[in-house]
Amino acid sequence: MPYQVVIGLEVHAELQTRSKMFCACAVVDPTQAAPNTAVCPICLGMPGVLPVVNQAAVELALRVALALDCQVAASSLFARKNYFYPDLPKGYQISQYEQPLAVNGRLPILTSQGERIVRIRRVHLEEDTGKLTHIQRGAESYSLVDLNRAGIPLLEEVSEPDLRSVEDARTYAEGLRALLRRVGASSGDMEKGAIRFEANVSLRPAGSDELGTRVEIKNLNSFRAMESAIRDQVARQSATLDAGGQVQQETLGWDDLNNTTFSQRSKEEAHDYRYFPEPDLPPLAVDDVWQARVRAALPELPHAQLQRFMTQYDLPETDARLLTEDAATAAYFDHLAAPQHGIAPRAAANWLLGEVFAWLNQTGGGMGSLPLTPAGLAELVRLQEDGTVNLPTAKRVLASMLESGRGAGEIIAQEGLSQVSDGELIAGLVHQVLDEHSHELAAYLSGKDTLVNWFFGQVMRLAGGKANPAVVRQELERQLHSKKA
Amino acid sequence: MLCDLPAHELTRLLKARQVSALEILEDSLKRIDQVDGRPGTLTPGEITAEDQCKVHAFITLTAERARAQAQAVDDKIAAGEDPGALAGAPVTIKDIFTVAGVPSTAASRILANFIAPYSATPVVRMEQAGALVLGKVNLDEFTYGSSTESSAFQPSTRNPWNTERVPGGSSGGSAAAVAAGEGALSLGTDTAGSIRQPAAFCGVVGMKPTYGRVSRYGLIAFGSSLDCPGPLARNVRDAAQMLQVIAGRDRRDSTSANRPVEDYLAGLEGGVKGLRIGLSPDYFRITFPDPANGEYIQQPLPQEIEAAVLRAAQVYASLGAEIVEDVPMPNTRYGIPAYFVISRVEAASNLHRYDGVKYGYRTPKPQTDLRQLYRASRAEGFGRQPKLRILMGMYVSAAQYSAQYYQRALRVRTLIRSDFEQAFDSANPRRIDLLLTPTTPTTAFPMGAVYGDSVLMQYADQLTVPANHAGTPGLSIPAGLAADGLPLGIQLLGADFSEALLLRAARAYEAATASQPSEGYKKK
Ligand SMILES: [Zn+2]
Repeated sequence: MPYQVVIGLEVHAELQTRSKMFCACAVVDPTQAAPNTAVCPICLGMPGVLPVVNQAAVELALRVALALDCQVAASSLFARKNYFYPDLPKGYQISQYEQPLAVNGRLPILTSQGERIVRIRRVHLEEDTGKLTHIQRGAESYSLVDLNRAGIPLLEEVSEPDLRSVEDARTYAEGLRALLRRVGASSGDMEKGAIRFEANVSLRPAGSDELGTRVEIKNLNSFRAMESAIRDQVARQSATLDAGGQVQQETLGWDDLNNTTFSQRSKEEAHDYRYFPEPDLPPLAVDDVWQARVRAALPELPHAQLQRFMTQYDLPETDARLLTEDAATAAYFDHLAAPQHGIAPRAAANWLLGEVFAWLNQTGGGMGSLPLTPAGLAELVRLQEDGTVNLPTAKRVLASMLESGRGAGEIIAQEGLSQVSDGELIAGLVHQVLDEHSHELAAYLSGKDTLVNWFFGQVMRLAGGKANPAVVRQELERQLHSKKA
Repeated sequence: MLCDLPAHELTRLLKARQVSALEILEDSLKRIDQVDGRPGTLTPGEITAEDQCKVHAFITLTAERARAQAQAVDDKIAAGEDPGALAGAPVTIKDIFTVAGVPSTAASRILANFIAPYSATPVVRMEQAGALVLGKVNLDEFTYGSSTESSAFQPSTRNPWNTERVPGGSSGGSAAAVAAGEGALSLGTDTAGSIRQPAAFCGVVGMKPTYGRVSRYGLIAFGSSLDCPGPLARNVRDAAQMLQVIAGRDRRDSTSANRPVEDYLAGLEGGVKGLRIGLSPDYFRITFPDPANGEYIQQPLPQEIEAAVLRAAQVYASLGAEIVEDVPMPNTRYGIPAYFVISRVEAASNLHRYDGVKYGYRTPKPQTDLRQLYRASRAEGFGRQPKLRILMGMYVSAAQYSAQYYQRALRVRTLIRSDFEQAFDSANPRRIDLLLTPTTPTTAFPMGAVYGDSVLMQYADQLTVPANHAGTPGLSIPAGLAADGLPLGIQLLGADFSEALLLRAARAYEAATASQPSEGYKKK
């Protein structure tokens, strides 16, 4: 039976604040800092201490909520989510439950099926837990607790079950990550666990409006894990349904090593977190002035920018996506393709995505490390477009520009790299080449057509690479044709 | 002895260089040595006849630490510097507040070995004001009780007026230490009456400020939305002075009030002329479940308790206050059931952190499983009262019961608050400035008489708990002795942040009754 896949995603993003959500401890890189060095009585859950909300975290959360077009609550509540685990020093996690920071948002995504709107159910603040490392040493086994991560601000974005395929889920997750990065809320660094996913997956007969029984999959720490887990779940559920069985509501964990899910708990053993309002924190107030200020300072968002790049610059989606992946690249391109530079946006995109990206990849730096202004690159593109230099020469000039910091015009003038388009001169060069290689000419004339390219190469070499290739090709063909006759 | 003088008098003598802080301290230590007996411990052995006639206020005596503080005060005075508003005042701290470097036990085995690296904000403020911290005093385990008997540290505190009687609780050690002259002031906490009830039982002044007026930072939490730190003292001026020092915004407690602290001393002698002081029939009876069948029984208060309040009303009337009778406070009777639910939900959650993993008690028996480690550590570390509260708190906050109990209790709380709002509403033609009530339904009960019946114990708080629900301030002041020779307390309740008014009215009564007993107020 054909099924429709219904997916909802919960995205947990660490906010990139300097200090933790409820104490003054520094947020440190969990892969670098020694365990339990960024901790204090508050994030260690000692007796008598109290949480204090980090306003910087609220500010970042607001940016995300407004970028997702949510309704922001004038007053939201923190609650306690109670459970025991050694990574949770207080025995409860402070989170937002009944009255979250923001609700009813939307994130447009562009899939192969066209543009779609994914509704966002809620956006809320909470704190991260610590990290446990399970050690098995021979017969001895124990766990190490690192609380550096405990209390780092997390923002959770919960989507409605609006995603219909693995591709949808991936596109949505990437779009959300791009948005989080764009508004400066999160590093989005998946390697360091800055973004984690939970997926709810259910199936229903195609055409049905009712939701099927859903299975929740936790600890998905990469796009790959998320996609594999959803695929795995879709396969299992359709097999179950096809065999006439019923899907059981349960919570699964994802085992990244073995690429499989494992059962965490069934519906019967579902946790009762006994949520109740956190009495140690007053309601979180966000007034209109604050909202307006944050809204006004929002940058252009990735989806809108993608659309604009595709229409304004007439770029294909793949190019536009690459150019809008981060704010610095997009801003660079906007400058590069500005009308006063008089270059074709497509050519500008080719240069940026080709030669410049290659150089950045090689040097391992970001856009910020590029020693080349948009105006400088535009000059080179223009000189290539108007035929002053040919493409191979232009690439050499770029390498020289990046190395020396000199301008394109200056390099071309000083090194005499201007392209030769003079028909007479080129005719002489072609003549010379055909003259000097009578052997190959004979072979050509006896039918070895491919030698055209070889002759072309010889002429270009003779011209020191500066000859206009179009003119060379035209002249070469003219002279060969006359030899044939 | 110096230790029998009011704190403000000691500070005056000190500043006049008539005594030194070290002299005051040694006098206090001598008194402690005379009356306190052995401190509470986890391994008390048999309670001897000797134990039964001592006060046992202390869990931890910090004499050396106090000597250093006294020396610092004396040095300041010698150098001509201001030694602070509480300079030289010997104080005790309920062992539910952290004091850096000193054990903070909460009177529980589970925290018996816990030494915090930080001091509670009110403690810091008192020390900065020159107070001499004598030590940490006993309480009901985690403050869960009204008699101090549930402490894991035995012998538990006894009432200095009669050591066969309880001192009340949970701030029993605080009230007893103040009453016995061991320390002029004590820092207590009040979640349902835990300052006012022991103050009444021990014949001292005890004040629960407005919720948020005093920071809870460093207060080991019970019912976080109800807990209020506050002063216990032998006279109103000392209580006012201590509140002045500990009150005020604390950035480390987000629920602390962000409004200026009034001057509690400036108007202290201002009297009550023109004040409207209310009496409410709802505070002259108690409602409690019949232990036999659970049916609610309504019972008038003992005659002498009511009489003490009416006497006070007469005093106020003679001082020019207007007495307003029959102020309706209809939701008073629901205070205990609502408290029962709210405090237990918060308590169960607040106790989660004591899991034997990070600090505090861990079972010495090897465990192979994490859950077993939790279970064994908590089973061995917690006494009966915390366990009862955890069980009940878990039950009433469970998803399927929360609406029935917790959500409902919160609505009741709003109703109780509205009683106060209406009574103090300036738009209400029958509005009052203060409500005058008994503090407790009884005088101090015999040791062991009520202990063990945690439901009945709760009803000792029936007249004090409404102010905790409402978040409004209240204080208890001594109002003479009952026929059994034990102190009686009367309570004044006010609107939000009316501490200055409450203290002024309390002082007026104190001043008027210092010399002669008065006749009772005759109900119209
Ligand atoms: Zn911290």
